[in-house]
Amino acid sequence: MAEFGRRKFSATALPGFSTVAAITFIVLYAPIVTLVIYSFNASDSVALWGGFSAKWYGIAWQNTHVQEATIRSIIIAVSASAIATTVATMAALGTTRRGKYSGQTLIYIMINQPLMVPEIVTAVALLIFFASIKVATGYTGLIYLIVAHSAFCVPFAYLPIRARLEGMDLTLETAAADLYSTPFRTFRRVTLPLLAPGIAAGAMLAFVISLDDVVITEFVKSAGQDTLPTYMLGQLRRAVTPEVNAIATALLCLTVLLLTLFFLLTRKRG
Amino acid sequence: MIEISKVSKVFGSGDAAVAALKDVDATIQENEFFTLLGPSGCGKTTLLRLIAGFDHPTGGTIRLAGDDITYLPPNKRPVNTVFQNYALFPHMTVAGNIAFGLEMLGQSKTQIAETVDKMLDLVQMQALRNRYTTEISGGQQQRVALARALAPQPKVLLLDEPLSALDLKLRKEMQIELKRLQSETGITFVFVTHDQEEALTMSDRIAVMRDGHILQVGSPRDIYNHPVDRFVADFIGETNFLTARVAGKKVKLTSGDVIAAGDVSRHGEGAEVTVAVRPEQVRIGEAGAKGGIAATVNQTVYFGTDTHIHLKLGDGSDLVARLQSPPSGESGLSQGAAVSVQFTDGAVQVLES
Repeated sequence: MAEFGRRKFSATALPGFSTVAAITFIVLYAPIVTLVIYSFNASDSVALWGGFSAKWYGIAWQNTHVQEATIRSIIIAVSASAIATTVATMAALGTTRRGKYSGQTLIYIMINQPLMVPEIVTAVALLIFFASIKVATGYTGLIYLIVAHSAFCVPFAYLPIRARLEGMDLTLETAAADLYSTPFRTFRRVTLPLLAPGIAAGAMLAFVISLDDVVITEFVKSAGQDTLPTYMLGQLRRAVTPEVNAIATALLCLTVLLLTLFFLLTRKRG
Repeated sequence: MIEISKVSKVFGSGDAAVAALKDVDATIQENEFFTLLGPSGCGKTTLLRLIAGFDHPTGGTIRLAGDDITYLPPNKRPVNTVFQNYALFPHMTVAGNIAFGLEMLGQSKTQIAETVDKMLDLVQMQALRNRYTTEISGGQQQRVALARALAPQPKVLLLDEPLSALDLKLRKEMQIELKRLQSETGITFVFVTHDQEEALTMSDRIAVMRDGHILQVGSPRDIYNHPVDRFVADFIGETNFLTARVAGKKVKLTSGDVIAAGDVSRHGEGAEVTVAVRPEQVRIGEAGAKGGIAATVNQTVYFGTDTHIHLKLGDGSDLVARLQSPPSGESGLSQGAAVSVQFTDGAVQVLES
């Protein structure tokens, strides 16, 4: 094996590999690093360094628009990820706990539609669809945003849950049935606990996706329903201050934290 | 205890249909260690799954203690299974696994604690009771799987090749352990294996299966000494097969020698039959001995406790003799040596040709 191993193709051995890798990482991270550094800028300009200060974090924290947008973002993200995860769990169970069936690929594509249809198309469709409901009912609450976010979060929750289910040993459920467990109790005592890491991972991914959505939110929201990302977009149209950098950095920290948790959960146990 | 009558199982449909079991009949007694033995694909595991209720037969009925359980779901059968891969719940401890069936039966907490304790003692796993099942060795997992299946005191314990994942030494230990558990608990064991030695050492009775049929049911001695056909004789232990024709109450081998064989009355005079004789029933004497069959030594193979002598008879047919190795290890039979061969009285079986 060892002798063959040495001859195996290795991308790291290609000429210029390190250079390409270095450039890739610079392109990926340099803007983010700049963003984070400039969030500590004492001057009012986004482009000119005026010394170190954390004042923009304070300003952002006390800005009532930011406060409201943050709360709104979190309400939407929590509700949407909860709904999407529940739906995704049921969809994953429905599509894996059975033999091959006709239309398998079609159903798979239908569930993952939001990954394939351009977001702007969904946004416009939802705008028109919800507009007619808003006119008919007169209701303009957050429900529209929650429903829209739930819908496009489903595939993100579905994929890790499905992966987890496919890797699960089916004889465990057979064993539970053999030990006098009813199908419902088998689900609660065996399937669900073993699926939990997948569900948690799916929920976190859905939460992050909902939290940073701009396009669909921008189209669906009613007046005064800015979320954090759409508020930031709005700010960019006016005078840009490092306050936006501060908000973006805070959002980045939250996302990195959640995604780290996501990777830890999906990696654990094969 | 278990009556299996006319049970058949077909997987798939149309052109892709595969019959895994074909009108199988069997009766398994109470307190019996019953083994389903056969090569892979013979239908033994399918039959076990039908008894457990994981699958339902295409036809026929299965009765347990007189009740028809053919279509009863697994959670309603007083039958527990030890799975080939053990199927222990990875999110529960050793004790949690053993308690699971008892909880599902709705037993009280004190009752469960008592039984779990007893089971942990029975399989000597008391020290590891709070470990997760992913943290213990294969042999220990095997014990937990046994304890978990025995805890609800089922009427029947089903074992699906439970020893196949263990190394040889551990497997031998577990064979003795299983036999002990069976006699201590008095529960009927139905054991599935493809290992003939395992079947011979543990079973009260063995059913030899092939291609969805049960070919023969009997005690290990029955099956070994009186196999019904060539397949059974070949599958259980090593056997010499020789072609012969019925000559009066004896048979005439193709080499021309006439020897006494088992019951030939089923066959007409001159009918071609196959006779089987176990290698350990072949005795080698000096060339020209009275009543012996002339043979030449082709090869000797040393196995430690015994030595296999590969012989050629006059017509070129092969015969293997198994002799206990002498202290020196030398059989004294060199290649090409002329010898004579005799069979122990009653050792030659007549099979259908």
